[in-house]
Amino acid sequence: MTKRIFAGALLGSTLLTGIAQAQEVTLTIESWRNDDLSIWQDQIIPAFEAAHPDIKLDFTPSAPAEYNAVLNSKLDAGSAGDLITCRPFDASLALYDGGKLADLSDLDGMSNFSDVAKSGWSTDDGSATYCVPMASVIHGFIYNKDAFDELGLEEPATVDAFFAVLDAIKEDGGYIPMAMGTNDQWEAATMGYQNIGPNYWKGEEGRQALLSGEASLSDPEWVAPYEQLARWGEYLGDGFEAQTYPDSQNLFTLGRAAIYPAGSWEVSGFNTLADFEMGAFPPPVPNAGDECYISDHTDIGIGINAATEHPEAAKTFLDWVASPEFATLYANALPGFFPLSETPVEIEDPLAQEFASWRQECNSTIRSTYQILSRGTPNLENETWNASAQVIKGAETPSDAGARLQEGLASWYEPKP
Amino acid sequence: MPGTAVSSHAPRIRWHIVVFLAPAVLVYTAVMILPLFDTLRLALYDEVEGQRVFVGLENFRTLFGDPNWSRQFWNALANNFWFFLIHMAVQNPIGIALAAILSNPRLRFSGFYRSAIFIPTILSFVIVGFAWKLILSPIWGIAPGMLDAIGLKSLFAPWLGREETALTTLALISVWQFVGIPMMLIYAALLSIPDEILEAGECDGVTGFSAFWKIKLPLILPSIGIISILTFVANFNAFDLIYAAQGALAGPDFSSDILGTFLYRTFFGFQLQLGDPHMGSAIASAMFAVILIGVCLYLFGIQTRIRRYQL
Repeated sequence: MTKRIFAGALLGSTLLTGIAQAQEVTLTIESWRNDDLSIWQDQIIPAFEAAHPDIKLDFTPSAPAEYNAVLNSKLDAGSAGDLITCRPFDASLALYDGGKLADLSDLDGMSNFSDVAKSGWSTDDGSATYCVPMASVIHGFIYNKDAFDELGLEEPATVDAFFAVLDAIKEDGGYIPMAMGTNDQWEAATMGYQNIGPNYWKGEEGRQALLSGEASLSDPEWVAPYEQLARWGEYLGDGFEAQTYPDSQNLFTLGRAAIYPAGSWEVSGFNTLADFEMGAFPPPVPNAGDECYISDHTDIGIGINAATEHPEAAKTFLDWVASPEFATLYANALPGFFPLSETPVEIEDPLAQEFASWRQECNSTIRSTYQILSRGTPNLENETWNASAQVIKGAETPSDAGARLQEGLASWYEPKP
Repeated sequence: MPGTAVSSHAPRIRWHIVVFLAPAVLVYTAVMILPLFDTLRLALYDEVEGQRVFVGLENFRTLFGDPNWSRQFWNALANNFWFFLIHMAVQNPIGIALAAILSNPRLRFSGFYRSAIFIPTILSFVIVGFAWKLILSPIWGIAPGMLDAIGLKSLFAPWLGREETALTTLALISVWQFVGIPMMLIYAALLSIPDEILEAGECDGVTGFSAFWKIKLPLILPSIGIISILTFVANFNAFDLIYAAQGALAGPDFSSDILGTFLYRTFFGFQLQLGDPHMGSAIASAMFAVILIGVCLYLFGIQTRIRRYQL
């Protein structure tokens, strides 16, 4: 008899522990930010788990270049994690349309974001939002302050002043004027064309005109950035045709180049690598006194795998991601990634602060090729990479590049007025 | 009648043959044959409004008829032929020459050379691509320095970044990596030539170079044929090295784009370009056709005509 009670007690206890374990949920996060692994593990996850002891998080990033392919395969196979880090625009929109991402429009935390911030992860008509915006990146130029002091140079405000600075550095000969290569192509397009372009096409105004069909890529305001890029070639290092993105980063952080056309995501990496003082200036405007525009590009969001077994726990996490607490944590753990929430966030890193300050002075826009325009074949984003690299190398004239891109776009895109 | 006697003794099914073949056949079918046919099937479908529909040869019409696609396809195919040509013109002759030198009994340290030349073959493409990118880098590379040391700095150019030279450079890197394979196969073939034949040749006054041309080369021709077809198949399936060194856009200006990178970009997508499994499968099927035609040409046009000698 006692034996049976004991057995019953044993059975009961196993059942109880079983229930206790079932209440503790582990959420897996898919991401391409493998650089951020330690930040997630040491700062973000502990902060969340402290507030929500019943939810555990597992951050499992893959390599950036493979992320889209890997994620799509995993989603199709049903082995993807509960939370999906979202690329902006079409890659995520396709996932939402395919029923892979859950609709988050009625998530409480969504009210913390503006429509522009949500545009990267909303349907074309803005009726549904499927990812919580996490961060944007801002383009500009990072420069070596020591080199500028040594040569007596100032931050250039206009394009003419910019080339005067480049000429002065080139003449001195001690530094490569600008660190950029065309081997990887995207540098030329992202840090080149999309960096300086908004000043010419007037940010959102020009981008919307392109979407509505009022403007074309062969118009002067869209060709002008290529004309500036064509002049960059002579200021880049020897053999820039074979220079890769890591080469450019190293050239700058080793102090061999004076100016680096940058995205703000470089800030945290450069802070640890460079042993000189760095400054940053926004893309110079064509004429003194012109209104300035910056690319403040929605870059990272996070959404819920529609097939997750723990939708409630996932929503709890996303509500936390949408909160000012997460924004502050993320902005300071990863200087250079700027939160998109409307509550202002205190940023401590001086270089990141410099980038963020341009939001007050200049008008923000997103990269011109990202929303809607890269849906067809030929793919406008890929073509822009190619054209920017070709123009810098002098293998294609700016007007030819503009005409080629417009022809490719017009072959499939029907503007919706 | 003699026939009736035979039919009452129907031959027994030899189960052991089935049992022994089964593992290989099953595994090969599951991982090779089924995916192959599924890819061919997928090429005949397209996705319309979220539904997979049968479209017949429509994908192939797009691939060959739409200038946006056909231009890329023919460019990749032409690049692929150039890639193959370099291998045939450089890798295989060097492989044969190395094997001939190594099989010389008077050569010392031949085991060392053999290993040293073969080792790159077992390296990962990623390592090879990365190492050569560094070697040839105009910024940190040792290539400019080495050329400078012998006074030929002016010959240096950022080869991987120039349209005219990128593909040839990559092909030569691949040659460097794989020259060990033809060398080993030819070396084995050379070793299997009996000494008596060579000695008989010596008695007739055929020695040195002429012994190689007149006796050894005809005897190793079948091996050279096999190496050529292996090179052909490997080159038209190539992808890794170009992807590791130049990325999926196979720059500059698609000058190093081969069928493999074109397939990858289309099938899996790239940056903002979304993956299209159906067009990707169409490209994969075209690759399969190219390789099939090449192999058939070889099998029926060359293989059957090579004269074989009983050693």
